[in-house]
Amino acid sequence: MADKINYKQVFFNPFSKNNPVVVQILGICSVLAVTAKLEPAMVMGMSVIAVLAFANVIISLIRNTIPTNIRIIVQLVVVAGLVVIVDQLLKAYAYDVSKQLSVFIGLIITNCILMGRLEAFAMANRPWPAFLDGVGNGIGYALILVIVGFFRELLGSGTLMGFQVVPDSWYAAGYVNNGLMILPPMALIVVACIIWVQRSLNKDLQED
Amino acid sequence: MDKAKPHFEPGGRLSALHSVFEGFESFLFTPNTTSTSGVHIHDRMDSKRTMIIVVAALMPCLLMGMYNTGYQHWLACGEKSFPFWTLMLYGFLAVLPRIVVTYVVGLGIEFIVAQWRKEEIQEGFLVTGILIPLICPVETPLWMLAVATAFSVIFVKEVFGGTGYNIFNVALVTRAFLFFAYPAKMSGDKVFVANDPILGIGGTVPDGFTAATPLGQIATQSGEGGVHLTNIVGDPITTWDAFLGLIPGSFGETSTLCILIGALILLATGIASWRIMLWVFAGGAVMSLIANGFATPTYPASYLSPADQLCLGGFAFAAVFMATDPVTAARTNIGKYIYGFMVGVIAVIIRTYNNGYPEGAMLAVLLMNALAPLIDYCVVQANINRRMRRIKVKTN
Repeated sequence: MADKINYKQVFFNPFSKNNPVVVQILGICSVLAVTAKLEPAMVMGMSVIAVLAFANVIISLIRNTIPTNIRIIVQLVVVAGLVVIVDQLLKAYAYDVSKQLSVFIGLIITNCILMGRLEAFAMANRPWPAFLDGVGNGIGYALILVIVGFFRELLGSGTLMGFQVVPDSWYAAGYVNNGLMILPPMALIVVACIIWVQRSLNKDLQED
Repeated sequence: MDKAKPHFEPGGRLSALHSVFEGFESFLFTPNTTSTSGVHIHDRMDSKRTMIIVVAALMPCLLMGMYNTGYQHWLACGEKSFPFWTLMLYGFLAVLPRIVVTYVVGLGIEFIVAQWRKEEIQEGFLVTGILIPLICPVETPLWMLAVATAFSVIFVKEVFGGTGYNIFNVALVTRAFLFFAYPAKMSGDKVFVANDPILGIGGTVPDGFTAATPLGQIATQSGEGGVHLTNIVGDPITTWDAFLGLIPGSFGETSTLCILIGALILLATGIASWRIMLWVFAGGAVMSLIANGFATPTYPASYLSPADQLCLGGFAFAAVFMATDPVTAARTNIGKYIYGFMVGVIAVIIRTYNNGYPEGAMLAVLLMNALAPLIDYCVVQANINRRMRRIKVKTN
């Protein structure tokens, strides 16, 4: 691609204006699954950033040698390799969190954000912008995960990162944690709220 | 009133509150504006009248709920005499704060949203606000009621466009929210009987006292050799008790008799659809006959006779007041048969074959709310197809 690429836009657009989760509505499944607590949400976010960035770079490096008709398979192989590495690293160094995330690290491979970025960006751009794009989209995804995880853990368990933040005196006064926040449907509603706030702040994102 | 009006017109100093003013004006007086062009059909049954009649139909349940709340409390305290007016007063004091809280929260949100959208205030919350206290246990903390009411008014009604556009029944979503968010306060054996004296009336219920609802008791029984239902002091509950409503349960849904009085009011005024009501009961009866025919100890509730199934828990209340909500039910006549029948069947299936959810009527109505547009679509399409075939036969 001979056009000049605005590196800044490539990196920062996915944060809000072109956020993979709340604008493109991709990767919702894992947002529902891993955000009941803040810590797994953060680990999941970091894993996706790492996988996405490196997958983007690798695909971008070999983009001219991949035959077009088997490109999806090649992309899947690259992502699968990276996912296995991340999974093993987590098992070695963060076993508890890896237990909590269980199958969802493995399922990064089916995350639409990855295939989307590989197809749409890495296949057509040089490694450096592809890396920026990968990191940017990964952070965009992680941001939403952390926001949702924050509210769900705070309201659902009264804790943050495992530490109790709702004072005991509240519980004594009759406050009860909201059990619905732990259940996946509430994650959908929290995501909906984020979309609601974001769309009302950005007029150009509003449909019709 | 007329003197104050200019202040609320656009440009007046209180123009920000115009819809509040409009709401009160049309609530208290007949609007003095008339249509200036075209043909308008005026029906005396506007939505305000409809709502008021539904509220009137709920009154027997409310009064019975008050009496029963007092009665259960007296029973729990070990009293032997049951002074009628004291019991009523106790129940009244128990339910009043709940009604006030739901109305303040729900109407508050409606007013704010109406102001914000510059629309008139819609009267849909009139019924919802009284339904919510009726379908919740009497010991539900007030702040939980407030949170749940706010949640369902915002996410079920206002985001879809306000009264008449909601896909789910607002009052039932409030209850479902409470049920899933605060299960400890919505089921079990502590919440269905008022525990404390109010303004010096009533006594204190002894510690360790349990008062599970009949359906709650069934869910925890092993089921060997049938089920045994007892009231809170250990006497057996008969179908007749359940019909009259002197059993522990959510505030207003215990008495099938009072619900039927309400149903008569709704049917006589033509507000609720008899098709839905009848077919919910039919569905429930059919399914509980089937369940009873294949009764197993694994699912203790399958030992209940159809009459018990229809009288216990919130089934009758859901059939009369929830399933018939014209906004969320199916609109076509054939659709109403299907919708009602499925509500009844699913309610009994859930309460019989899922011991985790002793009350299936709420979930059944919500599920069918979601499916109602689909049912209507299929019915309409079937009709279109039939007519298309008729045309083809003629032209051939």
